[in-house]
Amino acid sequence: MASTYLPDKRSAPDTGRPPPLPAAAGRTRRRVLHWLTAVGFQVPALVLFGTLVLLPMLFALYAAFFRWGGFGMPEDFIGGDNFTRLFQDPVFLGDLWRCLVLVGLSLLLQLPFALALAVALNQRIRGRAVYRMLFFAPYILSEAITGVLFSMIFAPDDGLADHLLGAVGLDGLGGQWFADPSTVMATLFLVMTWKYFGFHMMLYLAGLQSIPAELTEAALIDGAGPWQRFRSVTLPLLAPTLRISVFLSVIGSIQLFDLVWIVTAGGPDHHSETMAVTMFQYGFKRYQVGYASAISVVIFGISLVFALAYQRFVLRRDLEGATTTMRGGGS
Amino acid sequence: MGDPALSRRGFLAASAAAGVSMTALSGCGGDSDGGSSGTTTIEWWNISTTQPTKDVWAALAKQFEARNPKVKVKIVQLENDPYKSKMTALTASGKLPDIFHTWGGGVLKQQIDAGLVEDLTDRSKGWGDGLLSVSREPYLFDDKVYGIPFDIGMIGFWYNKALFKKAGLGAPPTTWSGFLDAVKKLKAAGITPLALAGKEKWPGMYYWAYLAMRTAGIDALRKANDDKDFTGDGFVRAGQHLQDLVDLQPFQKGFLGAAYSTPTGQAATMGNGKAAMELMGQWAPVVEADAGKGLGVDLGFFPFPAVESGQGAITEVFGGGGGHALRKGAPQAAVDFLKFFASAATDTELVKKTGVLPVVPAAESALTDPNLSAVQAQLKAATGFQLYLDQAYAPAVGQEVNDSVAGLIAGSKSPQQVTESITKVAKEEQ
Repeated sequence: MASTYLPDKRSAPDTGRPPPLPAAAGRTRRRVLHWLTAVGFQVPALVLFGTLVLLPMLFALYAAFFRWGGFGMPEDFIGGDNFTRLFQDPVFLGDLWRCLVLVGLSLLLQLPFALALAVALNQRIRGRAVYRMLFFAPYILSEAITGVLFSMIFAPDDGLADHLLGAVGLDGLGGQWFADPSTVMATLFLVMTWKYFGFHMMLYLAGLQSIPAELTEAALIDGAGPWQRFRSVTLPLLAPTLRISVFLSVIGSIQLFDLVWIVTAGGPDHHSETMAVTMFQYGFKRYQVGYASAISVVIFGISLVFALAYQRFVLRRDLEGATTTMRGGGS
Repeated sequence: MGDPALSRRGFLAASAAAGVSMTALSGCGGDSDGGSSGTTTIEWWNISTTQPTKDVWAALAKQFEARNPKVKVKIVQLENDPYKSKMTALTASGKLPDIFHTWGGGVLKQQIDAGLVEDLTDRSKGWGDGLLSVSREPYLFDDKVYGIPFDIGMIGFWYNKALFKKAGLGAPPTTWSGFLDAVKKLKAAGITPLALAGKEKWPGMYYWAYLAMRTAGIDALRKANDDKDFTGDGFVRAGQHLQDLVDLQPFQKGFLGAAYSTPTGQAATMGNGKAAMELMGQWAPVVEADAGKGLGVDLGFFPFPAVESGQGAITEVFGGGGGHALRKGAPQAAVDFLKFFASAATDTELVKKTGVLPVVPAAESALTDPNLSAVQAQLKAATGFQLYLDQAYAPAVGQEVNDSVAGLIAGSKSPQQVTESITKVAKEEQ
């Protein structure tokens, strides 16, 4: 945050008067002025960030230690009971498992699929702009619209999916989709992939285009085949983009809510419930806000630990120069 | 909360006494918060945000103002869910509006216990006690009146007469075993017996609630909530009866993912003739016609069957409605308004224009729809009443009933486990 203030390399605004103070004092005065300017610019943002983000977060942490219905102040202190209860709740343990499944599926299927498409659309093929636009379009739709759309498409018997399968003689493949506990997660993942692959594809395309053509050409001259060129030139140079994309995908899976809420509300029988859905149920349906706060604290904790670990161990090279050398970079 | 100097129980005793003295004072109470002009403004909070109700109610308020020149009615309207959360906040702050919408039951009880609601027992004598008796139930606590109804309804089976005929079924079943037989016959005839919105959970809860009323009885449901113990034998048996039904696989394909009022939901399945029955409230015909085609004259209504050797009777109804309550110390004009709103003339207009069921006996003639008349007949003959569980119980308990019964219907919870998890949540709630 503090990095937005960089010492001004140009001289202070010329007021038209000779400096009334000796040079040393002038420098101090300029520094104070700089400092005041920085504070002036930062205070509004910091106040907003503090009252709308930090305070509620701290309050949720506080409320997580109370039995609290959400009105008045929390008074009934129960220590860590909410957390003990949370980690004995089969639904929440299921949420954690489903989160892992979604992360796994995203990394193993969704992202490679997006990468393959990006590589294909990076070639000179006819109508490539149209394809890029088409594949990116689902990402622009809101989660709510996507949810309503797909609950109609996957309506058992009457939906488009079953009709299409029937039309090509594959009735046997049609099922209950979202309505069957054993297929709901797979169907949900299908929709998530449809919704998000375009976004990752765009990231990869941008990354691919920043790879200098000379390198690929050089590899070509050295006699590298298509696979070797991809494996030894494209992939390593695309790595920073891949790392960011994986990061976004994992965080998105941890916090997944809107799509699930609209399509299944976590059902049938909790089989597609995510941590955020469970939190919503307890917070806004059962008015057990203390317990819901405990869930939100755990979600935050998981996201934080993952983000820090990922930055520390995976993104370290990409972030070098961004966070580590900023301070020394000034004059 | 309110006045810290008074404990809740002390306040209740005080309010009982105050109720008597209020009657004596009521003659001069009207101008209590009036300005120098002598006009009283009463705030009326309601949830009638949709047409035609919104306009009809506004017109009624104008009519009341015309008759009472010194009274102004200020209408505040909120949608259902925002209203609920706003009221929870107001309850916590200790100040309620002069006249406010209430569903009765547990929430109203909380507000009464906090000393925030006017006791209308004496002030509604002569006009309030003549209202349809089941419709008054949700607002009665210890034989005291805390609210005046304007709407009442109940849950029952809506059935497709044409499909019943096709399956060779005559009169609708009156016993649970007869009902299970009817389900089997419908299945044998290739007809989906029941439409259910499994995604939304509350429609499934109706089955369990009715079965619990029929086996354990209404008193047991009340006592279970007071004692925070739902593990009684009657509740387990209610779950077993539901299990018997679920084992017949009576619901439409994909019911676990079905919503209620969407184009592929429960009401549409029923309204398009793809299922023979649904267990739903008096609003069902409207939603069936809205989400699907509607059944017209083929639609019929029958009460939830009696369960052999159970505590409850087939004439006991599960339902709820809407009413108005007054804040403690509301001006006399507010009482006058409730009286005006519960008059035969007003109720006739409400029945004709807004489609509610009559609560004033004299307004019954305004009812023309045969389906609603059938529901009204059940309500009039009712020998017992159970308010919707999510309104009668604390929110978390109500949600857990929905959730665990959904588990039973999906096959992941046993009847025993349903009673245990409801008990567990009830105990946590304190």
